[in-house]
Amino acid sequence: MTHYINRRGLLKASGAMALLSGLASPSILRAQTPVVKIGVLEPLTGNLAYNGTQCAAGAKFAAEAINAAGGIKSMGGAQIELVIVDAESRPEVAAAAVDTLAEAGVCAFTGASASALGLASSQAAAKYDLAQVFSVGTAEAIVERGLHNVFRYTPGVNKITAVAMDNLKLLNDGAGNPVKTAAIIHEDGPFGTSMADLIEKTLPDQGITVVERIAHPTPHRDFNNIALRVKASKADIIIPSNYINEYTLMTRALQQQRVELMAIYSVLGGAASNIKFVRENNDLAQYVIDCNHWYDPKKEASQALAASVAAAGLDMTYDVMVAYATIQVVADALERGASDDRLKMIEALAASDYADSIMPYGPTKFVNGDNVSAAPVNLQVRGDKIEVIFPAEYATAEPVFPRPAAG
Amino acid sequence: MSSLILPAVLNGLTMGAVYALIALGLTLIYGVLHIINFAHGSLLMLGLYAAYFLFSYLGIDPYLAIIFVVPAFFVLGYLLQRVVIAPMSAGSEQNVLLVTLALSLVIDNLALFFWTSNTRTVDIPYAWDTVEVLGAYLTKGRVIAFFAALLVAGLMWLFMTRTRTGSAIRAVAIEKRGAEIVGIDVNHTYALTFGIGTACVALAACLLLPTFYATPQVGYTFVLVAFTTVVMGGMGSLPGALVAGLALGVIEALGGLFLGESLGQIGIFVAFILTLLFRPAGLLGRKPT
Repeated sequence: MTHYINRRGLLKASGAMALLSGLASPSILRAQTPVVKIGVLEPLTGNLAYNGTQCAAGAKFAAEAINAAGGIKSMGGAQIELVIVDAESRPEVAAAAVDTLAEAGVCAFTGASASALGLASSQAAAKYDLAQVFSVGTAEAIVERGLHNVFRYTPGVNKITAVAMDNLKLLNDGAGNPVKTAAIIHEDGPFGTSMADLIEKTLPDQGITVVERIAHPTPHRDFNNIALRVKASKADIIIPSNYINEYTLMTRALQQQRVELMAIYSVLGGAASNIKFVRENNDLAQYVIDCNHWYDPKKEASQALAASVAAAGLDMTYDVMVAYATIQVVADALERGASDDRLKMIEALAASDYADSIMPYGPTKFVNGDNVSAAPVNLQVRGDKIEVIFPAEYATAEPVFPRPAAG
Repeated sequence: MSSLILPAVLNGLTMGAVYALIALGLTLIYGVLHIINFAHGSLLMLGLYAAYFLFSYLGIDPYLAIIFVVPAFFVLGYLLQRVVIAPMSAGSEQNVLLVTLALSLVIDNLALFFWTSNTRTVDIPYAWDTVEVLGAYLTKGRVIAFFAALLVAGLMWLFMTRTRTGSAIRAVAIEKRGAEIVGIDVNHTYALTFGIGTACVALAACLLLPTFYATPQVGYTFVLVAFTTVVMGGMGSLPGALVAGLALGVIEALGGLFLGESLGQIGIFVAFILTLLFRPAGLLGRKPT
């Protein structure tokens, strides 16, 4: 059967529908729930897509949790609406994307997985008085430009390296100082080189001699030479700083060339804190230690996040954690400032003393945009898990150092 | 340091075999079609993903996957030349260059879109086992690739010199119009050559995956060295590609050992420049007449 609708019939039907929809949805006719927009600028495509996608997921989980808990109460229970923009892993796109965020009316934004992207976006955001809360951005240049809109919630490379070296000393002292020599293996870009400089300078103060320092390009196809040099140097431990693909090839080559080490002690290791590496290279990953961003696994919100991530079939990486935490920080600033005005947001963030994020930090204290309360933790791969081993108050397992000799 | 030289040379030879395998298809395509195939790295990447997906979803070992992936990539290469490259280039060699460059951009970005930039690896424990040769530990997967490179170069040389199809390909490469006059289907021969070149790179991918990884950008890791191998060996020379690939592997390994890994690749390009200066036609290339 076919129905034909004439003009008069259509008008009648439209009127009836309008009336019915008004009766059925009184909330639409009355006050709508207020909405506050927060930007999320991440590299969703390009070389950094994995990290960016993980960060975006972390931000979504945070917004969902905050909305479910009643939204921003000081703003009438305003619900957080994320405006997610792709930085395409390119600094110029990251800078241009800030215009999109500003036009969308965000009160602040988080991001952007890599220092190069964040440097570009925060510079562009300064002209809009738009706050950027950095999820990951270890380059110290981020907080050295005097920009009033920059807030780095997670630690920078100097802090991470200093903590990593302090913790190495604690581990070595606790084990009776078995480690006397170390080899540093690092990617030859600014990230690896600056970190290797700091490590090389610090290790002698701890009674550890640097017997080999090896830089390599990214990508690098073959690590056999490097493994042979480490073997010849008779280093007790290696301290690598490189990305996941090179990290995997490096650990394989070390195993093949039968290099005997007391520990692989990474600083911001590309793979050591990546559950994907642990899953796919479980034998190589055992007892690897890394000093990196990580959440406090004992907090209730952390455990809820872990459950949500598992339910979504995602990997629990530090990207998810830091992105979640930065949205928490922005939400807290909204709560205290009771306004989504950009300048008020900058004021509220600058005065932040937020202590309830999932990260193992004390109350937030931004000094020149750098959260001086932020600190990394030491992690160790044990079985199919990544356990926190340092500091003791967040630890989920006792450290194993030196690692057991290969059977 | 002296104790490291022999292991470095042997490891360099196994790495060089991988370069040679990738370069064999590239040099064949250049020898006949006279074009630099910019899509070669992207096709290597597709081969790696093909082997990866066969392993992940069907549990097929990458070495066994050769019997599926190589014929499939021969067909892919044949069709690419017949359906995309030949019609779009309209007989101009410069156009072919641009078409292969465009193909590379499209393939890489589609891979990024569909498969993301996640690193994919396969876990085949025996490929990571080591073989002890003269006190050096060599990766079994690389040793397999080394002998495969020798075998494939030999088989391809026999194919090109002892079969009618090989003779037809050589005839088209040397004198296209003459080959046409004696009844050789030039378009079919072009497509056949592109197909064989693509099949070669798929074979290289299957042999590489057990000891490497797949990402949408992985082609760039090898393609520059493959181009260098082709030019250094002599453009279009199969034995030249093999010799140059092995030589570059050793040069890179020794360069890394003595100059550091960041500067190690300088050795490759110094050798390349010296070859161009003193043997412009390449190590085993024919001098222009």
